[in-house]
Amino acid sequence: MLRFLLRRLGLIVPTFVGVTLLSFLLIHLVPGDPIEVRVGEHGIAPARLAALRHTFGLDQPLWKQFLDYEAGVVTGGLGVSVVTRQPVWDEFATLFPATLELSLSAITLALLVGLPLGIVAAVKRGSVFDTGLMGVSVTGASMPIFWWGLMMILVFSVTLGWTPVSGRIGDMYDVPPWTGFMLIDSWFSDDEGAFSSAVSHLILPAIVLGTQPLAVVARMTRSAMLEVLGEDYIRTARAKGLSGGRVVVVHGLRNALIPVVTVVGLQVGALLGGAILTETIFSWPGVGHWLVESIQRRDYPVLQGGTLLVASLVILVNLAVDMLYGVLNPRICR
Amino acid sequence: MRTGWIVAAACAAVLAGAAVPPAQAKTKTLVYCSEGSPENFNPMINTTNTTFNANSPVYGRLADFNDGTTEVAPGLAGSWDVAADGLTITFHLRHDVKWHSNRYFKPTRNFNADDVLFSFGRQWKDDNPYHHVSGGGYDYFNDMGLPALLESIDRIDDDTVRFRLKQPQAPFLADMAMDFAAIQSKEYADTLARLGRPELIDQEPIGTGPFEFVAYQKDSTIRYRAFRDFWGEKPKIDALVFAIVKDPAVRLAKLRANECQIAPYPNPADLPSIRADQDLQLLSQPGLNIGYLAFNNLRPPFTDRRVRQAITYAIDRAAILTAIYQGAGQPAKNLIPPTLWSYNDSVQDWPYDPAKAVALLAEAGYPNGFETTLWAMPVQRPYNPDARRMAEMMQADLARIGVKASIVSAEWGEYRKRVQNAEHGMALLGWTGDNGDPDNFFVPLAGCDAARIGGGSASKWCNPAFETLVKQAVVLTSQAERAKLYEQAQLIMHAEAPFVFIAHSVVFLPMRKEVSGFRMSPVGRLRFDRLELK
Repeated sequence: MLRFLLRRLGLIVPTFVGVTLLSFLLIHLVPGDPIEVRVGEHGIAPARLAALRHTFGLDQPLWKQFLDYEAGVVTGGLGVSVVTRQPVWDEFATLFPATLELSLSAITLALLVGLPLGIVAAVKRGSVFDTGLMGVSVTGASMPIFWWGLMMILVFSVTLGWTPVSGRIGDMYDVPPWTGFMLIDSWFSDDEGAFSSAVSHLILPAIVLGTQPLAVVARMTRSAMLEVLGEDYIRTARAKGLSGGRVVVVHGLRNALIPVVTVVGLQVGALLGGAILTETIFSWPGVGHWLVESIQRRDYPVLQGGTLLVASLVILVNLAVDMLYGVLNPRICR
Repeated sequence: MRTGWIVAAACAAVLAGAAVPPAQAKTKTLVYCSEGSPENFNPMINTTNTTFNANSPVYGRLADFNDGTTEVAPGLAGSWDVAADGLTITFHLRHDVKWHSNRYFKPTRNFNADDVLFSFGRQWKDDNPYHHVSGGGYDYFNDMGLPALLESIDRIDDDTVRFRLKQPQAPFLADMAMDFAAIQSKEYADTLARLGRPELIDQEPIGTGPFEFVAYQKDSTIRYRAFRDFWGEKPKIDALVFAIVKDPAVRLAKLRANECQIAPYPNPADLPSIRADQDLQLLSQPGLNIGYLAFNNLRPPFTDRRVRQAITYAIDRAAILTAIYQGAGQPAKNLIPPTLWSYNDSVQDWPYDPAKAVALLAEAGYPNGFETTLWAMPVQRPYNPDARRMAEMMQADLARIGVKASIVSAEWGEYRKRVQNAEHGMALLGWTGDNGDPDNFFVPLAGCDAARIGGGSASKWCNPAFETLVKQAVVLTSQAERAKLYEQAQLIMHAEAPFVFIAHSVVFLPMRKEVSGFRMSPVGRLRFDRLELK
């Protein structure tokens, strides 16, 4: 197990370097820099342009800018936003809880609904329920988030008025961000009704972000279960006289979970990608929102630092998933 | 029987409860769905409209714009005197102006001359302890040419400040009404310096405006409350919230659901449904901008006035307005928009007349037309939603009179640089005004200094008669006299046709019917202190 872990950890360093290099190159390939974006039709005096470029280190050759940045990362500094002049880490730390809250709610929804649906579809293979569910899940997996989000808002918020349109909590509640998790902060707030407002604001974005993983989890559970249910040990379990439910859940599901865990792990990357769109639609103040804006403003430190932090997160989750395999199936570690 | 009594008692209790007046009147909160997050809370440093809007409820300035106009009115300075030579302006400050307070700062004195000196010194002088706080920058202070214009700023007494200029400059007063000229508290700056937290001055702002800053949650909400000690007319709402909603479709959905009461920048496609919605109202006015096609007046054949006029006749601007602006553009016949004082409405616009264009071209010696380049910006700008498509429509119009225009584009920074270097034949470009002064349009876009290679003008047009008029106007102090000169200048410009004026884009502001008393400002400033909420 230890060797397995060390091997995995060893791969992290080149991945980090690759991620920083790629994000650095990509944003520098996009025309314009932070100063040009700021300058409109007024133009800018050449001396002032030179001074500003010097302030932000943009007058250095690209390789030097990259090495300076890497040196900063190694010593723990992610730099300062060109636009707000706030440390990138501080901004990330302020916004990340919102993204985490949304992503966790979405993945919880996907697992709570997707797993049982997949199991039932597998057990009732070929039934109307199975065919219908698979049809719906293909639709769910291929639904563009932007369109889906706006449709949900139109139906549930504007037409029916059941849920709020956007934001994390009603504007009448001024909840100080102690933890940054609105559900927790509003629970401990003195404002009556703040918690239920926070929950009602979370429902639509969580459904929209959770739809794709839900569809994937349901499909994956179904196919993994089908494979497992045909195995000899399941027949043996049934022959021993175990109840149907016990056979499916204890003997079937545990073995079917490995591919499902892989898919859930992979979905973390997709979730963070989807969060960018979901956060934009629902005005959810998270890191996705923040990264999109940094591209428009050519805020290089935010974009590079933010990408690095999000990539670290995906790497860590994948590592955790790899280790979870070991727990589910010890043979993998050998 | 017993159940009946209980029900009756319960009903009586409910009715009694209903009859009791609420202990506290409901606070009136207006939610404004802002299109973005402010970079910080200092309009001297960050100069986007979003930042200006987030700061305008908080800060006061020496001068202000009259509600709904570009006329300069008293602000924190109750009055001012301009010396006969136009070089000295003495501001007489109001002495009853109170500062906001927060957890770091409780003011011990009212606004005075020290605050004015601090606020301008911060932007101007490198040795001001706050000059480099929050990264410095001060784009507008520099762009408006103040470092070159200012000779000195002197404190005469607590309530009097004197500005000395190096040359007379009438638009200086309009500059003092702009957002970058916000006045910050010196006492707050000193307090924060003692605490070792100077950067807070731009994050937790203290101002003299009608609303106090309460809290900002990044990318989510900004909260303000009405400032009860405001020196002017007190706001009619108790609290103001900026809910940050970047997507225009979602902003509209929130407006419909009454989650916000004002939602700017709608999608043009949504305008008909907003007009049809009984709960909403749609305010609009031409923006302080101009979208134009500029001829390169340094390069033949555009050095010939008849060629410029011919092309002006040949372009079907009505078709462009319909196809490109989709109802959100007002036809332009002058360089300045009609909301600006000195707009000359007597100018007769050039009609669409291809036959006349052909005749003029023949007269100028181009009976078979000519070949040229038509430059189109790669980006969407407030004054031009789709330059590429506009260029294609113009290309087709010009082909009809024998002019073969090839469309050229470049990355936005590169585009501006190459047009400033006069590499173009004709170029699409435009301008958004800053201070509501006509000088801010005529000089940067059509003045002789801007016409040099590398200068800001895309037309490179330098006309001595026009130049004399605008140079005379800028040193006069009387707005009426200045307006007369600018009106004449517009007649010259019209006859010479250095530009084809296309449109002033219209700014739309959808809001709930419950909001009343809101007036749109030509300079784009939002005034939440005058509106009422039913």
